This record gives sequence, C-alpha cells and structure tokens, in this order.
Amino acid sequence: MSDYILEMNQITKEFPGVKALSNVNFKVERGEIHFLVGENGAGKSTLMKVLSGVYPYGSYEGDIIYNGNVQQFNKISDSVDVGIAIIYQELALFPDLSVYENIFVGNEIQNGGVLDWNKAIVESKKMLEKVGLKVNPETLIKDLGVGKQQLIEIAKALSKDVKLLILDEPTAALNEDDSENLLNLLKELKKQGITSIMISHKLKEVIAIADKATVLRDGETICTLDASKGEINEPTIIKNMVGREITDIYPKRVGNKIGDKILELSNWSAYDAQLGRHVAKNVDIHVKQGEIVGIAGLMGSGRTELALSIFGNAMNYKIQGDLFFEGLAIKFKHTSDAIKAGIAYVTEDRKGDGLFLLQDIKNNISIGNLKEISSNGVVNDNEEIRIADEYRESLGVKTPSIQQLVGNLSGGNQQKVSLGKWLFVGPKLLILDEPTRGIDVGAKFEIYTVMNELIDKGMSIIMISSELGEILGMSDRVYVMAEGKIKGEMSAEDANQEKIMELATQ
Amino acid sequence: MKYIRELLGLLKVNIRDYGMYIALIVIMITFSILTDGLFMSSRNISNLLDSAGYIAVLAVGVMLVIVIRHIDLSIGFLAGFLGAIAAILLMNHGVPVYIVIPIILILGICAGSITGFLVAKVGIPAFVATLAGWLIYRGAILMATEKTGTIIVDNDAFNAIGNGYIPSIAEVGGLHLLSLLVGLVGILFYIYSAISNRRNKIKYDFDVVSRPIFVLQLLFVSTIIGYITWLLAGYNGLSWTVVIILLVVFVYHFITTKTVLGRHIYAVGSNPEAAHLTGISVSKITFIVFGSMGMLAALSGILFTARLQSATTTAGTLFELDAIAAAFVGGVSAAGGVGKVTGAVIGAIVMATLTNGMNLMGVGIAPQYMIRGGILALAVIFDVMTRRQRA
Repeated sequence: MSDYILEMNQITKEFPGVKALSNVNFKVERGEIHFLVGENGAGKSTLMKVLSGVYPYGSYEGDIIYNGNVQQFNKISDSVDVGIAIIYQELALFPDLSVYENIFVGNEIQNGGVLDWNKAIVESKKMLEKVGLKVNPETLIKDLGVGKQQLIEIAKALSKDVKLLILDEPTAALNEDDSENLLNLLKELKKQGITSIMISHKLKEVIAIADKATVLRDGETICTLDASKGEINEPTIIKNMVGREITDIYPKRVGNKIGDKILELSNWSAYDAQLGRHVAKNVDIHVKQGEIVGIAGLMGSGRTELALSIFGNAMNYKIQGDLFFEGLAIKFKHTSDAIKAGIAYVTEDRKGDGLFLLQDIKNNISIGNLKEISSNGVVNDNEEIRIADEYRESLGVKTPSIQQLVGNLSGGNQQKVSLGKWLFVGPKLLILDEPTRGIDVGAKFEIYTVMNELIDKGMSIIMISSELGEILGMSDRVYVMAEGKIKGEMSAEDANQEKIMELATQ
Repeated sequence: MKYIRELLGLLKVNIRDYGMYIALIVIMITFSILTDGLFMSSRNISNLLDSAGYIAVLAVGVMLVIVIRHIDLSIGFLAGFLGAIAAILLMNHGVPVYIVIPIILILGICAGSITGFLVAKVGIPAFVATLAGWLIYRGAILMATEKTGTIIVDNDAFNAIGNGYIPSIAEVGGLHLLSLLVGLVGILFYIYSAISNRRNKIKYDFDVVSRPIFVLQLLFVSTIIGYITWLLAGYNGLSWTVVIILLVVFVYHFITTKTVLGRHIYAVGSNPEAAHLTGISVSKITFIVFGSMGMLAALSGILFTARLQSATTTAGTLFELDAIAAAFVGGVSAAGGVGKVTGAVIGAIVMATLTNGMNLMGVGIAPQYMIRGGILALAVIFDVMTRRQRA
C-alpha cells in the first residue's frame, strides 16, 4: 500500500462553456518529485488552482484527500495552513521590499502586534541557508536576479513549514545554471521529506529528476509514468502529450502561388532591458509571398516577443541583426513605420491591447486607417459606415448593428473585428498571434477561411499558435521556437505533432 | 401611451447623456422658485454665463487631458500668470490688443507643450509634473505683479472681451436684434443638422427615435435655445464671453467628434496599448492635448483679466479644481476614453449656477462649498452607477 500525501479523485471543473477538467485523477506519494506535463490548455494550472483553493470548495466536483483527510479549501490560506505552498510562474514578490520582509510577508513574526524584525532577519537567514542562497537578508528583491528570486519564493514557502511544494513552470524564465541550481535544490528538499509537484514544459528536467510524471491532455488524465519502471523518457511522454486526434476542421487551400521572400530576419536578436534577458536570440527566418508560416512553441517561448520586435519594435527592445522587407533592409522606429511598410499584427490579447472595448464596431474597424476615409483630417462619416459595414458583412460579425460596443461582443466576433481593422489597413504581411484562442469551432473555421482568401489575394501570413492542430492544418511551413530561439524548421508535409513537441520542449 | 413608453425607454438608455441636462434644468427651476424669479432674469442669466466663461474654457481642455488618463493642476495659475503678462504687455509696453492676444495664446501653447514634453517624453507622472507647474506659475504671477501689485487694465477693446456685448444693430421692442438673429441661426442650424443626421442614420438602418418623439426633441431644444436667446436679448444681448465659449465649444466639439485627431485622442484614452499597436503615436497625442490645454488656459486668463479689468496677484487660485470638478460633473471618466466637450461646458455652467443661485439667496460661503462638494460627489456616483447598470 502506497503512502499518498495527496489524492485528487474525479476532479471536474467547468467554466462557462468549457470543461477545463473532466474526472481528473492525480495521486502523489509522500516524498516524491512528481511532474505534471501537458500542452498549453491541458488543465495543469487549473488543477493546481483547485488544489490550492484559488477555486474554492464547491466550485468543482470531486475529492481532495490530503494526508488521509478529505479537505475543503475555501480560500488560499486554508491550503497554506495545512502545509501546501504554490509558487507561480509570475513571482509574487514585492520588488521594493527586502528579502526578509518578503519571506515573512503575511506570516510576520510579531510580539503583541509589534513586528520583531530582528528575529525575522535571524530566521530568514536559516531559510536562505536551506535553499542554499547566500545573500544579505536586507537586500531588496529588485536587486536580485530572477533565479535568486525564485529561491526566495521557496524560502518563503519553507518558512510556513511547507509539506507539499507546487511549482508552476519555475524554470521558464531561468537560464541554464539557475535551472540546474533549482533542480538540485528540489532533490535536496526531497531528502528533507518535502514532496514537490512541478509543472514544466522542459522534458530534460522531467527526465533528470522526476520520480513520477502525470500527463494531462484536454482536461483529462492520460497516464502516470513511473521512473522506477523506466517509463519516463522523451518518446513516451511526447506520445502521451500529443495523442489528440486532429479533426478535419481546416478548409482546403487549392494551389496557392508562393512568390519571393517578403520578410527575412538574419541573426535577429531582441533584448528586453526590463526583464534583463534576450526574448529572441539569433533568429533566422523568412516568409515568402502567399505563404502561411506557422510559428509553434509553448507559452513563454518568445513567439509574441519576436512578432512585436518585427512589428516596429513595439516594446522598445534592444535589437541586433537585420530585417529585410521586400528585399530592402529596414529599421522600424515605431509601429506606424511597420504599418506604413505593410506589416500588421493582430494581438493574442484582443481585450488587453487589441480593441477599444468602450467604442463601437465602426470606430474599431476604421481606427487604423482613418486617413483613407478622411480629407483634411475630417472623417467622412458616411464612408466610414460603408467601410465598417462591408467588413462586418464579409467577416460575418454577428451583430445587429455596427453601433454595437465591441465590449459586448463574443470572443469570436471580437476577433473578427480585430481582423477587420487590420484588413482595412491592407497589409502585405499579416502576423496573427493565437488567432483562434478562446473562440468556438464555428468561428475558428470562418477565420481559417478568411486566412485562405487573403493568401489567394497574395498576402503573406505569420501565424503564431499553441494549437498544434492549427499549426499543422494551416501552415505551409513551420518554425518551432523555444527559449527565444528557433529550434527547427519543417515543411507542412514533414511536420507532425511529435516532431514539433520534441523541439518545443527542449 | 406608446410614445410615452418610448420616451421613458429613451431616457433610461440615455440617462447618462441626459442626466446632466435634466439636473441643470431642475437646479435652475429650483432657484427660480426660491428667488421669486429673480434667478431667471435676463440680467442674472447674462451675468451667470459670463462668470462661467473662464472655467468652462478650462474645463473643456482638462476634460481632454482626463480622457487621455492624465491630469493638469497647473492650469489655474498658468491662466493667472498669462493674464498678468497680457496686462503688462498692454499697459506697460503699449502693445496693441490684436497682437497681445495671439502672443498670449502662443505662450500658453508653449507652456502646455513643456508639460506635454515632461509627461510624454520624460515620463514624469502628470500629477507631479503639473504640481511643479502649479508652484512655478504661482511664483511667476507673484514675480510679474511684484512691483506694481494689481495691474489695472484700462484698454476698452481688451476689457470688452470680459464685459462687452456684441453690437445690437437695432432694437426691436427693447430686444437686441443681432442677438436674436444669432439665436435664430443657431436654432435653424440645430434643426438642419439634426434632420440630416437622422436621415443618414435611417439610410444606414441605424436605430432612430420615432417621428413624433423626434419632433418633440427638436421643439424642446429649439425652445430652450430660443428662451435663452430671448432672455439675453432682453438685457444687453450676447456677450463676447458667450460668443467665445460658443466658438470654443463648436471647434472642440468638431475636433473631438469629426476628425482623425479626435478619434486618435479617444483611442489613446480608452486603450493606450492598443492605440500604440495600431500605429498611433501616444506621445504625440499627449503633446497635442497638453498643448491645447495650455492654449485654453491662456484664453481663460485673458477672459478673467478682461472681466476683472485688472491682473491681480491671486488670479487663477483654485481655477484648476473648479475646472476639474466641472469636467467630472460633465461626465468625463477617470478611467479614460470617455468624455464630451458639451458635457464639460454644461458641467461648468451647473457649478456656476449653484454659486450664482446660492449667492442670490444669500447662502453663506461655508454651506456653499459643502453643497458644491455634495453635487460633485453625487454627479460622480450617478456616473458610476449608470455605467455599472449598462455593463
């Protein structure tokens, strides 16, 4: 009989319209390092949020048995009280506070309501020692690198007497040395009896330190692999991750003519001064006229950042390397330069930085190219209405009127408006970032159809997507990105799910 | 019955837009009753509008600043300072009025551009940058009036801006003819644009109100314009201040609703990231909006100096807060992207009406501040509630 510290039985969690988890079973033995792997959207993070009480008891179905008792976590602090700590990818540290203040935040050492900072400093030194970090506890968090910050998160968890440590993609933002360091620490903690659950996309890590690995796919448990039985190896994991059947929802494209190179990047690197690292490094890619180029990769692999660095260096990265557009070397200073040259970027976050939610459909469609419908800076209202109506109709935006506020539309219709805005600008190269995220199958099909029509008219498309089916179904050629680098290139015929996933998880 | 239901439905949907007008009318009627009609006398209304002028102009400018998610605290003393410069140029250097006014307006644009530069290019929060401006201009106005104290302006042409009226041409039954004509043209223009607007909407299958309700709307607005014109014509006619406000409203309303620039301003206000990714230069828009703010502050300074016929050492004190309050009463959203020129002006008139009405009733200054504060809070609460209802 195994000694389980955690058993999650038949967990089902639904969001309006989506079943995020369906009858998931997940068992973790005491003292092991257990990996949770799966594609983006497989349900890994949702499962951990159910466990930690982010989604309170009652909002999901199924049982959580922890240390032999059924648990009902109503809030995060309930799970913290029994010794469960979760460390998210985006660190929850206060950059302007010191190391020791961060370690004891929310768990302050106090004497009748008065904080005992001296004791906190002494205690924090012990915690830092445990995670093998040699820094002065009075250092400010913002003066430390991401790797060290990660360790401080762990120290913070240790200060709360953690039994079960959950790490959500802890190494995604770390360099090799820091990652190595972190993995060694997990092994060390294991010796001290701390159980860890780790979500990771890097299969090398899984193979290096996992005792077990559970694979999730589309909200279901596929299998739990055991290292002691020799089941944890790359082919086995990938086979289980990608086994989804690709249904034929991709409209056929007949004989698109592929022309000359329209965009070429050579030895292209983008450095983000705020993050203090390269978001894209030594990228060599090209796009030909009339071609759909898929960029596959997992979240955080640098795909969006690469796109933004091409699109007029929208985030002000430090750029190295050359960009050739229609054969000419160009340096874009502002998004408007890129747009003028003929590049458009449809964002992955349409609500956040794509649309003007408080304005109507008409204004959202026309905003990118008001020049076209105005004379002497005065907008021609009638022309604007005509144009907006035209795009509403050709894209099939389902709405009673173009006066409708965009904030009131469904995701699919919002995406169509987003697309319409850029089609009105009339680019030569369209960059689509996750063009079908969060929209239903019908709307997806419509968007794919529009993409094919655009290609027929001679436009070129770069499509960034986490959905392998979409990448395989729509692309003429595929690049795979991971850690800001291009890990591989393949033609549509040569590409398959296993090959892509293998490159993306390097 | 059907039309009443439509009317009520219309009110419910557009309560945000109409609320302010309804509030203004209710306040005016209340004061008329409380003062036995003294409030609605020609002379008082004329006075009220003139006293609202310099705040209304500032409110329009600061409304746009708030729309792009910034704030400007420096505008009060900037107006005071530029007013003092105008007085000095006129009185001490004998510069003619038609040169002084453009110079002051250009100085205003320069001052606004400096703020714009600090906010857009250097990245200083607008609150801090303009607080610094507040201190600097306050010092500047003291320095400018240091030797002379209050500068009396005895230039008739200049003072007419704050106190004069448009020529009457002829009197008709004791009424000011040109003012009546202006009012008539205003009504005709309103009816023409409302009808052509409605026609356009019908052409594109947009929702429009039913014909009787539309006629009712036309009649109602025409009556109000007519009534105000008649009131003003019964005293001295349209003042130059009112003409200037109307001009500012017309120009800014046109820019914000009809031009590419206006669209870009609201785009930056409602989602700066999306605007940036659409190729709009957020820093250029910030520049322009602060530049326009500076120009309107200059205009406000001219209006105020002309109205007092002098530049004082304390001119401009608290103008910025009055203007910001007026903009919020007028429905501008602190979250950015929402706000109307007409709203800001009506907001300024609401605030001036309260002051004027309470003065007529002899309400003490202490309760006056409290009541105005209460009205501001109510206006914003109303705004938040109606927005929540719609979302």
